[in-house]
Amino acid sequence: MSAARLGVPKTYKLYIGGKFVRSESGRVYEVPTKKGGPLLNTVNAAKGSRKDARDAVTAARGAVSGWAGTSGYNRGQVLYRIAEVLDGRRAQFADEIAASEGVSAAAATAQVDEAIDLWVWYAGWADKYVQVAGNANPVSGPYFNLSTPEPTGVVAVIAPQGAGSLLGFVRAVAPVLVSGNTVVVIGNERAPLAALSLGEVLATSDVPAGVVNILSGSPAEIAPWLASHADVNALDLLGAEHLDWVDLQITAAETLKRVLPPETGPDAGAPSIDRITFFTETKTVWHTKGLI
Amino acid sequence: MTFLEYAPAPESTAILDLKSEYGLFINGEFVPGNGESFTTISPATEQKITTISCASEADVDAAVAAARRAYEKTWSKLSGTDRGKYLFRIARLVQERARELAVAETLDNGKPIKESRDVDVPLVAAWFFYYAGWADKLDHAGMGPNPRSLGVAAQVIPWNFPLLMLAWKIAPALAAGNTVVLKPAETTSLTAMLFAEILQQADLPAGVVNIVTGAGPTGSALVNHPDVNKVAFTGSTAVGRSIARSTAGTGKKLTLELGGKGANIVFDDAPIDQAIEGIVNGIFFNQGQVCCAGSRLLVQESIHDEVVDRLKARLSTLRVGDPLDKNTDIGAINSASQLGRMRELSDIGEQEGATRWSPDSNLPQQGFWFPPTIFTNVSTSHRIARDEIFGPVLSVLTFRTPAEAIAKANNTPYGLSAGIWSDKGSRVLAVADKLRAGVIWANTFNKFDPASPFGGYKESGYGREGGRHGLGAYLAPASSGTAEKSVVSALMSKTPLGGSK
Repeated sequence: MSAARLGVPKTYKLYIGGKFVRSESGRVYEVPTKKGGPLLNTVNAAKGSRKDARDAVTAARGAVSGWAGTSGYNRGQVLYRIAEVLDGRRAQFADEIAASEGVSAAAATAQVDEAIDLWVWYAGWADKYVQVAGNANPVSGPYFNLSTPEPTGVVAVIAPQGAGSLLGFVRAVAPVLVSGNTVVVIGNERAPLAALSLGEVLATSDVPAGVVNILSGSPAEIAPWLASHADVNALDLLGAEHLDWVDLQITAAETLKRVLPPETGPDAGAPSIDRITFFTETKTVWHTKGLI
Repeated sequence: MTFLEYAPAPESTAILDLKSEYGLFINGEFVPGNGESFTTISPATEQKITTISCASEADVDAAVAAARRAYEKTWSKLSGTDRGKYLFRIARLVQERARELAVAETLDNGKPIKESRDVDVPLVAAWFFYYAGWADKLDHAGMGPNPRSLGVAAQVIPWNFPLLMLAWKIAPALAAGNTVVLKPAETTSLTAMLFAEILQQADLPAGVVNIVTGAGPTGSALVNHPDVNKVAFTGSTAVGRSIARSTAGTGKKLTLELGGKGANIVFDDAPIDQAIEGIVNGIFFNQGQVCCAGSRLLVQESIHDEVVDRLKARLSTLRVGDPLDKNTDIGAINSASQLGRMRELSDIGEQEGATRWSPDSNLPQQGFWFPPTIFTNVSTSHRIARDEIFGPVLSVLTFRTPAEAIAKANNTPYGLSAGIWSDKGSRVLAVADKLRAGVIWANTFNKFDPASPFGGYKESGYGREGGRHGLGAYLAPASSGTAEKSVVSALMSKTPLGGSK
């Protein structure tokens, strides 16, 4: 008679530049999990550092031209692919959510399903938001004049820190990716596991390396380095309500980053085209028409 | 006598009926300011034009209070149709008084009368006319049905296009249903005062637009006033930064239109005659005191010498002098301090090894003047290729391939404007796609239109002015309660995860 099989727990690492890496600082921190679940009672997650944040920004910057340069149709398919791959791993994510958030299996599964559906919803916007947010402008002269939104560049995101660790993460990250931005995101500090595992989904969904970079650890420690980083174009403070977020916004003003303030309550980061367009820049091109 | 020596053809100032002193415009009335009044001068002659009041903090407070009252009691209750009708009235009055406004603008700012008469003032009327029609059509502004106005808008504008920047700010703000406190630049308050008279003529309800004059401290008191809901600023990146800092965490909606270092890219297949005119217009329009000026000329190496020779020939025909003269191409620099900055940066350009050239010209003895200037042998690391000079100074750089042109054009923390000159449409479109700038002119430059959004990428600011997009700076969606309820939204509580396992 064989004894119960001994599990093989996963090492939860950062996801930077398409690679799963330990923090360069060598630090980990304990993530509490529900007793008796499929995970160990205490799981370690990498504790990201300033250097990790800077490495992530470098990776994100390097990925901008490729990701922004793909067609909306192509980006939409890649985002949809995330939903497909996540759908095939629902059980794993439900386990991680149930273990780290202390919710029932049903609630955890519902959250995963909603996160999957949200990827599908945002995927569909990738080849449409330009039509909704752009404009042909009737100027008074012989010019063809067109305004189109373009991605802002590298966006630093502080994911929601409350319950709903996977859904909050997707609400923050998915809309930023739609237009072709790349992301450095600090996950949920107390419940980082689902986001870290989402890195595995991204890595196998044709999302180019560096497009999404996931840090776990202390937002209070890491966020100021992202807010001040000159190669970050925008800052989403969605999950920063318990940080000194006004200080972060003041820091971000030094390089005139676009800043979205924190949101609270159940509708925080609710699906909206505004979350897509906030991280875009409107470019207006005047083309001369010949006089015939 | 060469063909350039015309007899003087000055526009008469007899059309002006200026007061010897202007107060602040608060709650529909001119009232004296509690700060120390100052003189506004003609930069072309350094002669005094009139005396302008300075708003103290208490005056700013009174102006914001008037705007708040007008918002609560009048303007937010008015129908969009009636708001629009007031804006149409204003547009018509601007048209009626166009000549007077143009003369006043040229006198106070120093820009050539042909520009104030043919560009600035017509665009002011067009801006009000355009946004007037939006006032009762806000459901189509792209923010969903029944978008909300924000409240009181604090607006601070620069001196380079005094009346035009006023129109860019006030027209969309009022169309969207906000009330306004506006601060003109210290050196160019005159046309704002004439505009206040137009508002009285239009019978605009008291307090809907308030104008407070003064310098930096007045502007700072305005944007930092706690009862302001929206801040719109056009000016330097340094001041924009400080406003972004001071409004952080206040919930004030902020739009910034800041500096630039625009690249004007000329390919070897460009229509050269038009390109030369476009380069001149790009950097010498309004003495180069334009945030979107094409101050960096990127010319393909194979045509560098030809372009520079032809530019020099063309610059030699530009007439620098009395801004009120209808034949003047380049007027006076707005202030002594701006002139000082141009001189300093140009001197640095020479010290760093660039070659300086200006046409022979006899600049007037009185007033603030800077000759049109071209620097060749400029490297991307030179200060004159990186810093905004905000004057009639062109830095010429070269490139060999489109990729090099794009890389050099984008090599700046700014991202406001760019120009592309090429006869090949596919190349124009491809290059336009790659440039990181908010406004791109293909085979033209420095064109403005109320229907066309204007604003920058990166450190040139955020938000757009003009067009449908410009309304978004002054509106908010109807409410946030319309999002679909999510299955687990009840779980997503305000507090972080608890410690219980």
